[in-house]
Amino acid sequence: MEVLDITREHCPMTFVKTKLRLSKMKRGERVEILLCEGEPLDNVPKSVTEQGDKVIGIAHLKSGIHSVVIEKC
Amino acid sequence: MADKKKKLSLVVFSGDFDKLVAAFTLASGAAAVNYEVNLFFTFWGLNAVKKAKGHRFTGKGFLARVFGFLMGGRKNAPLSRMNFGGMSPRLMTGMMKQRNVATLDELVEASIALGARFYACEMSMVILGLTLGDFIPEVKEVMGVAKFLELSQDGETLFI
Repeated sequence: MEVLDITREHCPMTFVKTKLRLSKMKRGERVEILLCEGEPLDNVPKSVTEQGDKVIGIAHLKSGIHSVVIEKC
Repeated sequence: MADKKKKLSLVVFSGDFDKLVAAFTLASGAAAVNYEVNLFFTFWGLNAVKKAKGHRFTGKGFLARVFGFLMGGRKNAPLSRMNFGGMSPRLMTGMMKQRNVATLDELVEASIALGARFYACEMSMVILGLTLGDFIPEVKEVMGVAKFLELSQDGETLFI
């Protein structure tokens, strides 16, 4: 599974990079997004779900960093 | 019936660096969360989408060309406050890069990549002697108020 690290990004590039990555993926493919807590963690999974893709799981990796696995639908 | 796509339409009037950053931040962010995004560039805002990013003689007619040269393109966009002769936008771009915040050029590219639609104001183009060929290819259409109102109907509209 490919990994997209957006831990150094800020709004709106957190959404932009996630959306661009998902737009290049085929249905059923998964990507692991590494992001920071706060605004990215609150909003990236929500926006992905709203677009019709699936959040498979969210895990806390280390201080302030989370992993979100998304499946393209 | 499928849910109608949410829509954001921006009237980009200002050619100021900071206001353009705000406009393209909203545009790219909204496009990334699946909004239909329309940007209507008018007056100074047209400088942001000129093909020539620097000081070039653009437009038709002597005065229009001199005016076009003085205004310049996206690279010459002044800061709305404390511009310091054009030094501040460069300093701010440096600070944006240093702090890993998207620059104006990156925000414009992201807006384009995510399918935001660019339109140019017909009346402003006539005043400034500009033609569609003076703009980046992403500016697909020239339109007036009636068409823009039709386009922005049933969505959010912001004037920047």
